[in-house]
Amino acid sequence: MNWPVITPLLIFLLIIFAVGFWSNKFVIKSDSFLQEYFLGERQLGGFILAMTMVATYGSASSFIGGPGIAYTQGLGWVFLAMVQLATGYFVLMVLGKKFAIVARQYKAITLVDFLKERYKSKAVVLISAASIIIFLFSSMTAQWVGGARLVESLTGLSYTTALLIFVISVLVFVIVGGFRAVALTDAVQGVVMFAGTLILLIATIKAGGGIPKIISSLAAENPNLISPFGAAHTLTPAYVSSFWILVGVGVVGLPQITVRAMSYKNSKAMHSAIIIGTIVVGFIMLGMHLIGVFARPILPGIKVGDTVMPLLSMKVLPPYAAGIVLAAPMAAIMSTVDALLILVSSAIVKDVYLNYVKPHASDSHVKKISFGVTTIIGLIVILLALSPPDLIVWLNLFSFGGLESVFIWPVVLGLYWGKGNKYGAITSMLLGMGSYILLDRFYPNALGLHTVVLPIIISFLGFVVVSYVTHRNVINQNSKEV
Amino acid sequence: MRKTVKPRDKRFKIAHREALIGVILVIINFVWWYGFGYGLGSEKVENYTYVFGLPAWFFYSCILGFIVMLVLVIISVKFFFKEVPFDNEEGDL
Repeated sequence: MNWPVITPLLIFLLIIFAVGFWSNKFVIKSDSFLQEYFLGERQLGGFILAMTMVATYGSASSFIGGPGIAYTQGLGWVFLAMVQLATGYFVLMVLGKKFAIVARQYKAITLVDFLKERYKSKAVVLISAASIIIFLFSSMTAQWVGGARLVESLTGLSYTTALLIFVISVLVFVIVGGFRAVALTDAVQGVVMFAGTLILLIATIKAGGGIPKIISSLAAENPNLISPFGAAHTLTPAYVSSFWILVGVGVVGLPQITVRAMSYKNSKAMHSAIIIGTIVVGFIMLGMHLIGVFARPILPGIKVGDTVMPLLSMKVLPPYAAGIVLAAPMAAIMSTVDALLILVSSAIVKDVYLNYVKPHASDSHVKKISFGVTTIIGLIVILLALSPPDLIVWLNLFSFGGLESVFIWPVVLGLYWGKGNKYGAITSMLLGMGSYILLDRFYPNALGLHTVVLPIIISFLGFVVVSYVTHRNVINQNSKEV
Repeated sequence: MRKTVKPRDKRFKIAHREALIGVILVIINFVWWYGFGYGLGSEKVENYTYVFGLPAWFFYSCILGFIVMLVLVIISVKFFFKEVPFDNEEGDL
């Protein structure tokens, strides 16, 4: 066992637990269990809001998978990763105040609540809850696997033991603390991610003998490594640009992100979150992917991309510092998983169970169900993660694209386009999910663009056309109801 | 459904303007990123120029681009974003 590396990791875990149990006080005291457990009473300040968005967004792929690909592809992949700078400001600006105000008017606690009030349709609720559950399960599994691999490589424990240690630590603080624990631990984890990136970037540049030296040895090995086109000249401008939709503007459609856009206290919190979020997300994405590229001359010949980041930390840093830096990907994974876990749990408990199975459940019954469901989901994901798939980053992106195709238009057009109605929303969600899955299976990266692009266009057209066609119909229905 | 969302709420006018600023910023961001990235990066690698040891395309597109966007974001938020209350006047909950 590598104790100098493990000790800082253990301290980090203890801090996270402490925050989780501290949040439990609020869960116990709160008058409205649901508001508190799934949304933290809408009390997030700017710093916490920014950190929880960044930490939820930044995941195993930003810290393990991403640097691994950057290692093989060169600066072209850092260039691609910088697309994510937009998420720092775009989501909060576009959903922004309108979403915050409307969500409060609707008394919405989850994204599905919002859609339910906006479209007044059972089908919309069930389709959205189902897509959240399906896609986020695959995403959670990917994250779980990433976390377990990391613990495995650091401690030398077996994959199964590593998985159990990792999962149980996450489950404990999510189950007891709810959304507030998730958001607060995200803040701690965000800080760790930022610090880890900074320390490792500086140490890597130093170990490589300065930037000019690193760049010239990259160019000597393969000039394409310092071009925007990738090592084998395969990253075309059209393909790379289409990531602006997948990991840039499309992030507006990710439920785990949108739910955060209704959790903040006031305008001030939102304003500072935009600025802090842009700084942190930009720095982490730039730093982590650059580290992956700069690792190449220092550690040549690594075959499995996912091991670049742990190996590099051990090589260029003293053991204790490596422990701190390696807490960063762990933090990234935990903070993504905890958000997904609470979201899937809210989809089951709040959106399905309370809406359609038992609408008048007592507060203590809801409490029991929420704890129970969260635990069961965690356990199911463990089972899935026990026979893990290989490439973390792609599995994770699969769920990104799927969720975006389903939710982006019902959310955005629902907010800004009065004519949009439930028929449009249902069409758009079904077309989005269906076309994404079909294209991904049978015709990935159509027209040289990332698979996500076509489904987003198709679901947009579906939404607009069907809303227009059924417009009269809906007005008649509404007037009859009144 | 439009009855629950009063379309003439003054706060929505502010919200709409801010959403539009978000869209404009993302377009500027994209043009800057693409322009420098492919404008300078499409040269042959032997002809690259370097800034602080990094290829010029990368420096201008990703590093300077990050700083420029950050400045634009700060300016937008400080000067164009308005503080509005989120709860209804009649008091929510």
